[in-house]
Amino acid sequence: MESIVAHENDLNLKATELRLGLPGTDESEKESASCTKNNKRSLPECAEESAKNDDLDAQHGDCEAAPAAKAQIVGWPPVRSYRKNSLQQKKAEAETGFYVKVSMDGAPYLRKIDLKVYKGYPELLKALEYMFKLTIGEYSEREGYRGSEYAPAYEDKDGDLMLVGDVPWEMFMSSCKKLRIMKGSEARGLGCGV
Amino acid sequence: MAHSLSTPSFPEEVLEHVFSFLSSDKDRNAVSVVCKSWYEIERCCRRRIFIGNCYAVSPRTVIQRFQDVRSVELKGKPHFADFNLVPEGWGGYVHPWIAAMAAAYPWLEEIRLKRMVVTDESLELISKSFKNFKVLVLSTCEGFSTDGLAAIAANCRNLRELDLRESEVEDLSGHWLSHFPETCTSLVSLNIACLGSEVSFSALERLVARSPNLRTLRLNRAVPLEKLPILLHRAPHLVELGTGAYSAESRPDVFSNLAEAFSACKQLKGLSGFWDLVPAYLPAVYSVCSKLTSLNLSYATIQSPDLVKLICQCHSLQRLWVLDYIEDAGLEILARSCKDLQELRVFPSDPYGAEENVPLTERGLVAVSEGCPKLHSVLYFCRRMSNAALVAIARSCPNFICFRLCIIEPRTPDYLTLEPFDTGFGAIVERCKELRRLSLSGLLTDRVFGYIGQHGKKLEMLSVAFAGDSDLGLHHVLSGCESLRKLEIRDCPFGDKPLLANAAKLETMRSLWMSSCSVSFGACKLLAQKLPRLNVEVMDERGPPDSRPESCPVEKLYIYRTVAGPRFDMPDFVWKMEEGAGLRYS
Repeated sequence: MESIVAHENDLNLKATELRLGLPGTDESEKESASCTKNNKRSLPECAEESAKNDDLDAQHGDCEAAPAAKAQIVGWPPVRSYRKNSLQQKKAEAETGFYVKVSMDGAPYLRKIDLKVYKGYPELLKALEYMFKLTIGEYSEREGYRGSEYAPAYEDKDGDLMLVGDVPWEMFMSSCKKLRIMKGSEARGLGCGV
Repeated sequence: MAHSLSTPSFPEEVLEHVFSFLSSDKDRNAVSVVCKSWYEIERCCRRRIFIGNCYAVSPRTVIQRFQDVRSVELKGKPHFADFNLVPEGWGGYVHPWIAAMAAAYPWLEEIRLKRMVVTDESLELISKSFKNFKVLVLSTCEGFSTDGLAAIAANCRNLRELDLRESEVEDLSGHWLSHFPETCTSLVSLNIACLGSEVSFSALERLVARSPNLRTLRLNRAVPLEKLPILLHRAPHLVELGTGAYSAESRPDVFSNLAEAFSACKQLKGLSGFWDLVPAYLPAVYSVCSKLTSLNLSYATIQSPDLVKLICQCHSLQRLWVLDYIEDAGLEILARSCKDLQELRVFPSDPYGAEENVPLTERGLVAVSEGCPKLHSVLYFCRRMSNAALVAIARSCPNFICFRLCIIEPRTPDYLTLEPFDTGFGAIVERCKELRRLSLSGLLTDRVFGYIGQHGKKLEMLSVAFAGDSDLGLHHVLSGCESLRKLEIRDCPFGDKPLLANAAKLETMRSLWMSSCSVSFGACKLLAQKLPRLNVEVMDERGPPDSRPESCPVEKLYIYRTVAGPRFDMPDFVWKMEEGAGLRYS
């Protein structure tokens, strides 16, 4: 919090005197009202008829200094952290990427790609080809991937190894746990009805 | 029979028997002050105690007075701790209580805690000290991990209820659930909704399968939807269910399993959970809708049409918690479909956004209050309100017990007239004679507090933020609200005078919270001096208050009545105002 306006001359002991009288029955009341330090955070321009103090605009250290966006007030609106975190988690999930591991048979280490970046299979396959410097070939329902010794496969939620491309893209996105680029005879076995 | 001058006295056993019918604390407290002998009898037979502020009394005092308690309920931190206004480390430690009760109440069966700091050590002590322990409810608590839960599971042979309601638990492992022995078959209620990580599903399934009395089961998000039918088949007598994540790939077999499982639960009255809700799977619950009395969709981020399709089938609904995605239109349908509605909570989907992101305004609340005559409890977040709407709401629902309105932007005026909401809230307090809890928002002058002081005679809890013009506002409340127990205020121009003028009032209340107001350090000291039975705590992260002038306002102030004297577990940013000495550092 920032430094406070000092009121050395304004101790006004009468104001702190314990008594039963109503506030406002004493002219010292007006004084103390105007001397009251205002801890209010800076807030946008609502019809403010209650503004008696000039220090309304004092910015405080614990508010985010964000002149462009609104300064977020601590603890307002009164939503419990538990609930806030739930909503934020949902938002965060929506905003962060959806990274899955990609392994290639024979490669020393794995890679990761963000599936969210791609709008469909063609883009994904092109990206894989680029990343691993290979060609994947044409997809067909009957024969899988022809024209190359590689076949893209993925592990789904049940742990099964599936050929990329059979199901709609959205369904693929929600069930793909990791990708695997298969090579050689194993790859061919995946695509054909052996 | 001759009449003597002294009042005839019943034998103790008779009085004890009569008192055993008194369950409410208020009644028991009233009875205990009638005379000394009634006090003695009552204290011997009181089995259930409620302590609304754990610092208001010491464990030792409680134990000295009540010698055979079976059920304890304790509350710790002030309510505004829910909104991060109470700094970490403030207090609310339960361990001293557990340690004292472990020695004194070997037959303790129930512990219910709210906003307290609970450690694994405490949980372990609970699990080992009370042979007949049955009920543990930890509401918005923190400080413990799944290790502590493992101890409870392992050692409490007759555990009936384990309810972790919105507590913050350090999730070390999901295996704690496996610590329930195979011999434990007594569970009636299990709420693990707040746990982040996966619990062992097979352990969960086995636990549910061997708990024939299980009526409430609230799962955590990590329990997948595909597995829910397994649990439901094991517990077809469930009355309250909290699902885990309510999403799965579109698969007809998953859907039909789910629908079938739900339809087998003939006694289901309450549903909650619904994280990540996928609308395609909602119809699976349609078979239970007509009997539902309680529905918590406040984590379901789906749009109004899907929400409405579900809600309009729930004709017996009494309680609905939902996000503002329901929109005014959805609330209008709610008002037409759910005539038994008693409680409505509408939460904001985008609390920090600057603009209205959904069409949810005062219209929705007006519609529900007009359509649902039994409505008595409301929590409503919105961005727009009018006095006319509030007046209409007051007219439609004179039976409100709890009215909490949060107009998201502070100091927002009536959007139609640009006036403050004094008239609107005034109408609420004037019409709703049974109002016990009120939360204000929007632009408000001292006038609204005048109305509250004048009419809010049954008001027990009042929450105020960014409101009022002067000390008069606070004075109206303190001098007028006879039943006031809890008052919490933030960012209002209230200062020393009303506090000092109404100091005695503070001893009739449980607590007062004021933050970002204008109460000076000097006034705090004075209050503490004059009223030794109040603890006056100043929280100031700028450093000791006496390093600044006395007239300097304090950041946060928490005053509560107590017979326990000063507490000694305060962190270094909390100062207690001592009578006489001035300052005590923890």
